[in-house]
Amino acid sequence: MGLSRRGFLKLTGVGVAGLTLGRFGIELGPVSVYAAGLKIEGAKESISICPFCSCGCNLLVHSKAGKIINVEGDPDFPISGGGLCSKGASLKSLHTSPNRLTKPLYRAPGSTEWVEKDWDWMMERIARRIKDQRDQDFMRKNASGAEVNRLESVFHLGSSQVSNEEAAVLHQMVRAFGIVHFDHQARICHSPSVPGLAECFGRGAMTNHYNDIANADAVLIMGSNCAEHHPMTFKWVIHAKEKGAYVMHVDPKFSRTSARCHLHVPIRSGTDIAMLGGMVKYILDNKKYFSDYVLDYTNASFLVGEKYSFKDGMFAGFDAAKGKYDKSAWAFEKDEKGLVKRDQTLQHPRCVINVLKNHYDRYDLDTVSSVTGVSKEHLLKVYEEFCATGRPDKAGVFIYALGWTQHSVGVQNIRLSGIIQQLLGNIGVAGGGIAALRGEPNVQGTTDHALLYGYLPGYHNTPTANYQSLDEYLKAYTPKTADPMSVNWWQNRPKYLISLLKSWYGENATQENGFGYSWVPKMDPGVDYSHLYIFDRMYKGQIKGGLCFGHNPCQSIPNTHKVRKAWDKLDWLVIGEVFHNETTDNWKRPGIDPKKIKTEIFLLPSAYRAEKEGTISNSGRWHMWHYKAVEPLGKSRNMGEMFVEIMNRVRALYAKEGGAFPEPITKANYPAKFDAEAVAKSINGFFTRDTKIGDKEYKKGQLVPGFPNLQADGSTSSLNWLYCGGYTEKDGNLAKRRDLTQTPMQAKIHLYPKFAWAWPMDRRVLYNRASVDKNGNPFNPDKAVIAWQDGKWVGDVPDGGYPPMAMEGGKYPFIMTIEGHAQLFGPGREDGPFPEHYEPAETPLTVNPFSGQMHNPVMKVIKSDMDQLAKNGDPRFPIVLTTYNLTEHWCSGSETRNGPALLEAEPQQYVEMSPQLAAEKGIKNGEVVIIESLRGKTEAVAMVTVRIKPFTIMGKTIHLVGMPFCFGWTTPNCGDSTNRVTVSIGDPNVSIPEYKACLVNILRTTSGSELGA
Amino acid sequence: MPKAIFIDTTRCTACRGCQVACKEWKNFPAVPTKQRGTHQNPPDLTHYNFKLVRFSEHLEGDVVQWYFFPDQCRHCLEPPCKEASTVDGAIIRDDATGAVIYTEKSSKEDLETVRSACPYNIPRQDPVTKRLVKCDMCIDRVRANLLPMCVKSCAMGAMNFGNREDMLKLAGERLEAVKKEFPKASLLNQDDVSVIYLVADLPAKYHEFAVAGVSGSMTRKQMLARIFAPVRKIGQQVRG
Repeated sequence: MGLSRRGFLKLTGVGVAGLTLGRFGIELGPVSVYAAGLKIEGAKESISICPFCSCGCNLLVHSKAGKIINVEGDPDFPISGGGLCSKGASLKSLHTSPNRLTKPLYRAPGSTEWVEKDWDWMMERIARRIKDQRDQDFMRKNASGAEVNRLESVFHLGSSQVSNEEAAVLHQMVRAFGIVHFDHQARICHSPSVPGLAECFGRGAMTNHYNDIANADAVLIMGSNCAEHHPMTFKWVIHAKEKGAYVMHVDPKFSRTSARCHLHVPIRSGTDIAMLGGMVKYILDNKKYFSDYVLDYTNASFLVGEKYSFKDGMFAGFDAAKGKYDKSAWAFEKDEKGLVKRDQTLQHPRCVINVLKNHYDRYDLDTVSSVTGVSKEHLLKVYEEFCATGRPDKAGVFIYALGWTQHSVGVQNIRLSGIIQQLLGNIGVAGGGIAALRGEPNVQGTTDHALLYGYLPGYHNTPTANYQSLDEYLKAYTPKTADPMSVNWWQNRPKYLISLLKSWYGENATQENGFGYSWVPKMDPGVDYSHLYIFDRMYKGQIKGGLCFGHNPCQSIPNTHKVRKAWDKLDWLVIGEVFHNETTDNWKRPGIDPKKIKTEIFLLPSAYRAEKEGTISNSGRWHMWHYKAVEPLGKSRNMGEMFVEIMNRVRALYAKEGGAFPEPITKANYPAKFDAEAVAKSINGFFTRDTKIGDKEYKKGQLVPGFPNLQADGSTSSLNWLYCGGYTEKDGNLAKRRDLTQTPMQAKIHLYPKFAWAWPMDRRVLYNRASVDKNGNPFNPDKAVIAWQDGKWVGDVPDGGYPPMAMEGGKYPFIMTIEGHAQLFGPGREDGPFPEHYEPAETPLTVNPFSGQMHNPVMKVIKSDMDQLAKNGDPRFPIVLTTYNLTEHWCSGSETRNGPALLEAEPQQYVEMSPQLAAEKGIKNGEVVIIESLRGKTEAVAMVTVRIKPFTIMGKTIHLVGMPFCFGWTTPNCGDSTNRVTVSIGDPNVSIPEYKACLVNILRTTSGSELGA
Repeated sequence: MPKAIFIDTTRCTACRGCQVACKEWKNFPAVPTKQRGTHQNPPDLTHYNFKLVRFSEHLEGDVVQWYFFPDQCRHCLEPPCKEASTVDGAIIRDDATGAVIYTEKSSKEDLETVRSACPYNIPRQDPVTKRLVKCDMCIDRVRANLLPMCVKSCAMGAMNFGNREDMLKLAGERLEAVKKEFPKASLLNQDDVSVIYLVADLPAKYHEFAVAGVSGSMTRKQMLARIFAPVRKIGQQVRG
């Protein structure tokens, strides 16, 4: 547009500078009077980052006299080019909202009101409650006598809202207290992405990055409504489309995404595996796969062991008593040297590719069509268009989000896209990959920093009671391969874990004490400590108190009536928030007598994004710094300060009084004050003593230049190995880089190698070693990601710097899997090595045409008097409900409902339904209806729309309706939680709830009290 | 040099960044709204909504069409509202940019006279100050070499701003490009306005007042001839 961004920010390297505007032009007379006084003239300009979706749009925040007066997009940000969606555009109002929490608020047990308190009083009391509860309930040993050193009666929930630096100090504090009921929003949004993608390729993240979508020849958006939920995605989809890519949207409803695609294909919610299984069959039957890629880079030629079988919906190894599979039944066959047996001719019947072909042979067009409700014409069109990319010079990308994750088969939905992309040779290449569009502002970063019970920062499994010593733990979790061509990167785990322990415990972590391993709480093996179980145990009175930061579970967790009742049972609760929401104010929700709620509540006012500094990681793993534009509003504070103060106050109490197992707290290497820049350095890591690696010498206290330098002997520290290399002695804080320079090769594929920094080691396209042939020549020279030229790699940072596979010293390209290959056959998940179609826990069908197994046989089922499930094909609840959101509101809506222009655009709860269903029920557009399930009911305005169509499933008409989940009772007359009707059912691998499909009925009503009618 | 905004609706995803950014820049409060069975909200332009994304859905055979129309003042080259104005200096046109501006003096205008002159049904009135109000092309920003806020917020390339001749060229190129997929595509009143829309289908399927003139290609002369005609009737003809 010619109005390019001023360059001085780049030169100064800081995000803050005065705005000097050059006036252009002539005296405009009356216009000049009208236009006088540009409000941002002379304002301070700071760079921040939008706190909503994982596009991570950079912002220009203009402030005067310490007050934000304008927020607009940063034109230098390569993903948005300066644009913002409605949510981002509303950030000035959100930051300055009169609804902001600006003072610490205290609610005494049984009280009917909040009382203002000062920070000191609150913090002292919080520390006391934590310590007393910990001292009372701390478990040194479990029932079998193993040392576990944990605290079960206290939880921590949230927060994907925090920066990486805040997440790091939070994680350290939570483990120091011994908390195991530890979970955050990743659980309910993208927890299946990590095991789903990692089982295919070795890492659990979006393979490429946003700009890269422009390079695609086919775009299949399935399980995502990205134009609405990750709006900048669509900038690059449009780029691809205008360059000739065919763009498809497979989704139950026609949304703003569908409106801009070539083809929208409605699908019954919960049947993605059926449709994609049909695609695998189409690829194999019609030989659409990329043969060399499949043979050389995937495990297609591996032999599956003889114990493996699949019969009538069940894989081998099922233990009915335990309700689990014994995964050893799915192991590969190995030779005497321990090498996996392979048949490079792909003839052996137990070759993975043949086992795969057998598995999906049942997924013929007729059966798939009758289960999914997708016409055969549409199935074939999608299969043909997408599978046309199974050639070296073409690429196709899958774009998915919660439409795939939030199912009882969430992990396997993602796995199946990974299988297809392997067959088509679409991994590692420009325009290919799997775009896992992460959700919350920093949920990629907070997943990396593992605000999740089951991982320590950097994707190390949390120790269980089975591993009493560090050696035992490392032995169990450090994989080995007999194949010298496989890098098997996780063989380095001891270096990363020990560096983490050195960060946590400093000088107190020694070789002799296993670097403090015994201070890390141990879970009981096989026990699930995630959201669904936390609330079930809370409901049953087993959890007494906890911390909840930047999270609104009383709105966003399924079967919300139960969640709200469970919340009532807590003795004490510490909440950090920006606004009041359904969780902070649960004690005074409609129909409840606050006097009967005994919970003591500490509500801590949080700074908002532009009031603090630090990094966030977007979906493309871009690690980006945001600056502080203004001081936090009122008495609010950033969460990092809150965590650090809570920890240090508890620590002071232990130092003074002693108590239960104080070592993890008193021996912690923990900052006295929160300083984002200092924590960023600790995340990268230091040399803890003078060290020589090869011929290079490093001094104690120097930053480690990258994770290949981390050591297992205690000579290095790093709070998260993935981020090691992001803050170095040589280049400083790389998250602050704003350099847009590219080589011509990089420019061709929209790669910005010097903007911010990306884990791991600044690689922008993961698995890019699979974009070249065995000699290092790009499969598609026009869109090369890397190439081997003159004895070195050029382009992106290669994913493993080894020579090409065919050369001396060459390695397989998938360096994170044990055997170096992408995994078509994945023996490590709970519910099978191949995805199989099972019906959702609540289904309108009474028969599964694919097998005799109706539901995922190992799905997590929560049992309580409040967890009722409709029977299969239940005539009382004949309608499928799917839930989602919309551009204008974010997740539970607790922030965006405070944005006046957002609430103006989307003011109230609605239910989208087809004209056919509306006619059947006598419902008119715009009138209030009741949606009810076995768990509860909710009111909504009927939105009767041709964008929803009835499905024909196995010859019968099945209706589907859809509702957003962002409207809650604390915003007057906007409606209340949709999740009052959804189910507490979880995926067997990660326990993500099945938000996307349950059974309801719809009734007309004349009241509509929730909507002010 | 006169400026123009080119709005390519084939790229619009109705993210409503423009609708919200406009309000934020101008510090406008929300108007009360209700869910009425559509995503379009507020229902129409108001004195606090100078930019509104209109949603219209259609079923053609088995194919759903959902059209988005980011509605705003067209900043006409010869503005009928200015011709209809009876108060000197109330409605002015800035020759440098082409922006049509309603000044403080517009509080003395008669809303109905001005509004009925507008083929696009744009002018509104502030109930307190009585000023007539509408989009001012962010003249404060444009004078400072910044993009109008709605254009700035648009990441999809649906909203474009620049010299009129460049925008006309871009509009022509985009029309050619999209005609392959959308044979009914057209530019709306491009010779008469500074805010030029590209639509993929009949304009009436987007919005009653999307285009001035029944044929969808009204000349300036025809448009001027209708200045004092009750324009909503034209709209009704368009709607059929």
